[in-house]
Amino acid sequence: MSTPSTADLVVIGSGIHGCSAALHAALRGLSVIVIEKDTAGRHASGVNAGGVRRLGRLLPEVPISDRSMNIWNKISNLVDDDCGFQKAPQIKVAETEDEMEAHRERVRVLNDMGFHHETILSQAELRDYLPAVSDHCIGGLASLEDGFALPYQTTFAFQRKAVKLGVRFYENTRAQKVQRDGKNWRVVTDRGTFSGTYLLNCAGAWAGNFAQQLGEYAPVEAIAPMMIVTARMPRFCNAVVGATGRPLSFKQMENGTVVIGGGLRGIASPETNGSQMLFGKLKQTADTAISIFPVMKTATIVRSWSGIEGRMPDDMPVIGRSSTEENVFHAFGFSAHGFQMGPGVGELMAELIATGETNAPIEPFNISRFTTKH
Amino acid sequence: MKTHDVAIIGAGPAGMAAAIEATRNGLSTIILDENPAPGGQIYRSIETVPDQRAALLGPEYVSGRSLAADFRACSAEYVAAATVWNIDAGLQIHYSIAGKGSAQVTAGSLIIATGAIERPTPMPGWTLPGVTTAGALQVLLKAQGAINDDVVLVGSGPLLYLVADQMLKAGNAPRAIVETVPSGQLLKAARHLPKALKAFSYLRKGLSMMRRLSKAGVPVYGDASSIVVEGTNKVEAVRFLSKGKQHRIETTGVGLHQGVIPNQQITRLLGCEHHWHESQQCFVPALDDRFETSVEGVFVAGDGAGIGGAVSAVLRGRLVAMRIAEKNGRDTRLEQRAIQVQLAQDAAVRPFLETLYAPSPENIVPADDVMVCRCEEISAGQIRHAVDLGAPGPNQVKSYLRCGMGPCQGRMCGTTVATIIAEHRQKDIKEIDYYRIRPPLKPLALSELASIESEPTRHTPL
Amino acid sequence: MFKRVMTEIRNPIHIEFEGQTITVEKGETVAAALMLAGHGKFRESSVTREDRGPFCLMGVCFECLVEIDGTPNRQACMTLAEDGMKIRVQKAAFEEATR
Repeated sequence: MSTPSTADLVVIGSGIHGCSAALHAALRGLSVIVIEKDTAGRHASGVNAGGVRRLGRLLPEVPISDRSMNIWNKISNLVDDDCGFQKAPQIKVAETEDEMEAHRERVRVLNDMGFHHETILSQAELRDYLPAVSDHCIGGLASLEDGFALPYQTTFAFQRKAVKLGVRFYENTRAQKVQRDGKNWRVVTDRGTFSGTYLLNCAGAWAGNFAQQLGEYAPVEAIAPMMIVTARMPRFCNAVVGATGRPLSFKQMENGTVVIGGGLRGIASPETNGSQMLFGKLKQTADTAISIFPVMKTATIVRSWSGIEGRMPDDMPVIGRSSTEENVFHAFGFSAHGFQMGPGVGELMAELIATGETNAPIEPFNISRFTTKH
Repeated sequence: MKTHDVAIIGAGPAGMAAAIEATRNGLSTIILDENPAPGGQIYRSIETVPDQRAALLGPEYVSGRSLAADFRACSAEYVAAATVWNIDAGLQIHYSIAGKGSAQVTAGSLIIATGAIERPTPMPGWTLPGVTTAGALQVLLKAQGAINDDVVLVGSGPLLYLVADQMLKAGNAPRAIVETVPSGQLLKAARHLPKALKAFSYLRKGLSMMRRLSKAGVPVYGDASSIVVEGTNKVEAVRFLSKGKQHRIETTGVGLHQGVIPNQQITRLLGCEHHWHESQQCFVPALDDRFETSVEGVFVAGDGAGIGGAVSAVLRGRLVAMRIAEKNGRDTRLEQRAIQVQLAQDAAVRPFLETLYAPSPENIVPADDVMVCRCEEISAGQIRHAVDLGAPGPNQVKSYLRCGMGPCQGRMCGTTVATIIAEHRQKDIKEIDYYRIRPPLKPLALSELASIESEPTRHTPL
Repeated sequence: MFKRVMTEIRNPIHIEFEGQTITVEKGETVAAALMLAGHGKFRESSVTREDRGPFCLMGVCFECLVEIDGTPNRQACMTLAEDGMKIRVQKAAFEEATR
């Protein structure tokens, strides 16, 4: 039933979400085509900080993040590659009593929702996990069974497994128009036209254009979160660490390099695939890192990156059906915290597409939330 | 922050010449250089070298003295020991001075005069302590009067003979020269000889060096291949085939050389277009006829624009400065034409040299077990495996394997990685392309970020 | 062995390498000073801990990284020796650090 250019499902975008949805759809027996204007994992999915984090998620994301975590815990079974995934505590360091109180309140709320993965660390416990932490840090919030992975290796592994299952990837192929064609959906690209029964928009920072063609309003902003990487340092930190009152995400990799991010943004140019680092802004990140881990005074930066990512005004992704067209679905706008959710969202999107329903609580992520507000 | 008409990066022959010419034409000029004194690699220590050492380094080297003196006398602001670690799209240059703090400068035009690096020569054992580049041996001789009395030179190219000759004059000839030029190569190069005769002085110099070395009894093993540096924790011997015969020379030092290639870090960072130079076997920035890159206002002078040597570097440095002066309203066309003529004559020897000293295939496309990325210790075989898995180019291979992610930031493996991928995928290397280069250009102390002042304004793709 | 030809130490300064005092010429790079003192190993490679030493001596290859006065990742070939400098082989960064 499928020719080279037709399939049950056409996915636009081969970031972690596009690759994961394609893989899971193939597992459910659908034929799948993925259209990618660059190469898999070229942007945010390949160049993020790699945090596999449930800690501190927006409350509506918690159930989906938790579902995704179950997949991460046996990721090799799914993609035949360990994705560099390692379990590690995720810790948000508190520097003031107010911050500690906010953490206690959060744990109470999560417990009420039925989630128990986040826990309070006393100052002594914090020091146990982070011997190198500065003396002024008084405790923290932790999710001890989270971890981190290697982003490009992960996205590449999802792509390779998808290919093994028969998914056809068309890279360096830019989707231009999405059109209804009778019962099917057509995607017109610069390298020919593809069509499928179902259409899934996983185009990240570029997804707003396709939503617009479907008559939907999705104000995706292209952002370029910045990350810096140090030369290898003696091991001093086994957890993924964030600050509470100031932007910081901090992780020492197995090889001793330290990856420092935290949401500070460079300049994104989605029209040219470019992004530019703003080192002046990173000054703040450097200050925070040194203040929380004094050992960082001797650190040397060897690399920096920023990958283009789509951000929504409320920092929540769009996940679910199109509000205007049948057989069209969206999963984009993960607002710089979508990597961990990739395996789980891909799974539930495939479920939704193949069976017409999912029991995952995705209502809060409906695209229509912008239309109604607008 | 200071603004100048022209900023020059690199105070080698091209940078110094550009600074002299730019200031002569009334342009306010700043020149940043990583080394403590001007001269670049070719004229390293030119201002302080004792006469006796200068004599053995030869008249071409000594000619750098007057250039350096003219450079010192010109009105350009010269910042020594300045490591440029970022140039943003607004052409704002970030540099740190001897690791003591960061500063910024902007300019209307940027001249990149960062010269060449020695072509990386991956082969078994090339990471052992005691293996250096041949250029490194020359650096030690120029700057310190230091010489290794137990060394075998391996590879090809004019520099190999120059170093050997200088060592000989210093009373410490190399143990042997192992030359990778295949037997038939001279014949292939011969068709370029008539043209090369226009630059006869280079040929004469080369021939007399070879004669001296031969007279001194330095053994030369020609047509060498299957070269292996042996040793555990340090060099013990070099093993190779020469004209079909197996040799092994015990030594504690090896100097490798396969020619030089443009240092492309800054032009890559700025997003300048590059193309593959077939006869020089390297990427070079795409330049118009007067050395402007695809990024407006960014020029490349000297060997960074394609390998031409020191004389050419000076000429090209002057030419670029004149061109910028012309943009600023000075009529320099006549002078430019005169330099173009000299440049063409000097370049006449290049096709001959490039053909004769084409890099050795076993270094260009190393065998699977040879380490390519020295920092992260990635072999050619691992790179081919990543390609087999579906990684299409250098950036994906880098993301997957970490090759090019270490402190050298891909300088030592980038060209080899691109070449291996192109060969393995049977694709044109231009299509495979190179690593995306991101700041910092050189490792930067985290604590130094604190001294950064302001933000750039313009932005273009990187 | 590296040795000085046609020159000798005129302005001696002293640096320390792995606890051993070395007399060197003022204005020399750390890399040249150590090589002239007979040292070939400057660092351990970061993955397999092989011995490594200077390769390019012009700031490109980063093989000569050493620890100088407690700061790691210093390029020995781009750093001028200063009187009293304490230099150590840069170890592969595997050890547990103390606070």
